[in-house]
Amino acid sequence: MLREFLLLLGGIVAAGVASLDQATEGFKVVTSEQARRLAVERAPRTVPGVALVDQHGAPFSLSDYRGEPVLIEFIYTSCPTLCTVLGDDFRRIEDAVQPRHDREKLALLSISFDIDRDGPPQLELYGERFGAKAPGWRVAVPSRAGLTTLLRAFGVVVLRDGFGGFIHNDALYVVDRAGRLVRIMDPESSPRLIEEALRSAS
Amino acid sequence: MSHSHPSRKTEVAITIALWCLLALPMARAALEAQMITHMAVQIPLLALAGARLARGLRPFEPRWLERADWRGLCGLTLVLFTMAYWMLPRSLDSALADPRVELLKFVSVPLLLGMPLGSSWRRLPALARFFTIANFISMLGTMGGLYLTAPTRLCVFYVLDQQLLAGKTLIAAAVGLTLFFFLAAFFGLMRPAAVRRESTEMAEAG
Repeated sequence: MLREFLLLLGGIVAAGVASLDQATEGFKVVTSEQARRLAVERAPRTVPGVALVDQHGAPFSLSDYRGEPVLIEFIYTSCPTLCTVLGDDFRRIEDAVQPRHDREKLALLSISFDIDRDGPPQLELYGERFGAKAPGWRVAVPSRAGLTTLLRAFGVVVLRDGFGGFIHNDALYVVDRAGRLVRIMDPESSPRLIEEALRSAS
Repeated sequence: MSHSHPSRKTEVAITIALWCLLALPMARAALEAQMITHMAVQIPLLALAGARLARGLRPFEPRWLERADWRGLCGLTLVLFTMAYWMLPRSLDSALADPRVELLKFVSVPLLLGMPLGSSWRRLPALARFFTIANFISMLGTMGGLYLTAPTRLCVFYVLDQQLLAGKTLIAAAVGLTLFFFLAAFFGLMRPAAVRRESTEMAEAG
């Protein structure tokens, strides 16, 4: 009886620990957001060359950034709260990081996922609000097909908030010079931390 | 005992009906739209289906299980692991994002949580039952508190308001269950099934 008991209990504990280990990536994460960040750090993934249009209506591709690191954020211009903070964060990062960086070497890119409402005029207004100047800091929008590819590649989940706005997992995305997504960071990260991430990406 | 066979068949039928009902795309969409109904209605109902299945299949329970599942400890361990797995916010997100994980939920919650609970519960010593219930209640309260104080969203598929609602509901459930068991323990007003079954089993044995 004792042998059967120990065998069964041992089997259950082993299987239980193994499945929890798998679900938490070795007891490191409990949320899918943490899992997404860890996965990118462990295995950087090449971002798709999605076609975008910037605040001046100029078309470009995400793969045009090959050769320089680029810091990306996802926004929608009619956002009343979070994206305003994101815009301010980007402003702050540009101010803090840019002067110490080689000017040509840091690119910022704000991508809108609100393809129904955000066109170049709205993007331009948003850009002016935060002092974004293309091509150093582009505010851009993808096509409908490109958006799905883009959101999936970056792991962005956008929910409607029921008041005409959106809720999304906000973050800063570091894409290295080889065009690989290498880091996903908190928008509140200090400029020093972001600078380090960008330096390791270039 | 002669009437017990049809009722066991009924248990199995209820289980299957409940499971199919929950698996309907409409029911899934309705219950998974809110964090609180996903975790506090759908998952417990799936577990309930498993628990009823265990009762329905009791005559077919292998003899060795009775001995190997000493005092219900193996079953309880399995229940705790499965519960821990589905309490991870990441698991809820994955179930919404990946149909394979959704299927895993519909299989594992009835079979690895509800069924061992239904089968092992009667083997647990009375004190172990109360210990389990008390721990479960305090776990609900702790989880509710965590949800209310978490500075960020725990699930990418649920907005912050839903997380706060889930937190409040969990705390309310903890308070309600505490009150229920308090009344049951001190005043015997509502005798919990655990106690009732214990005493009937003792009566049957004696």
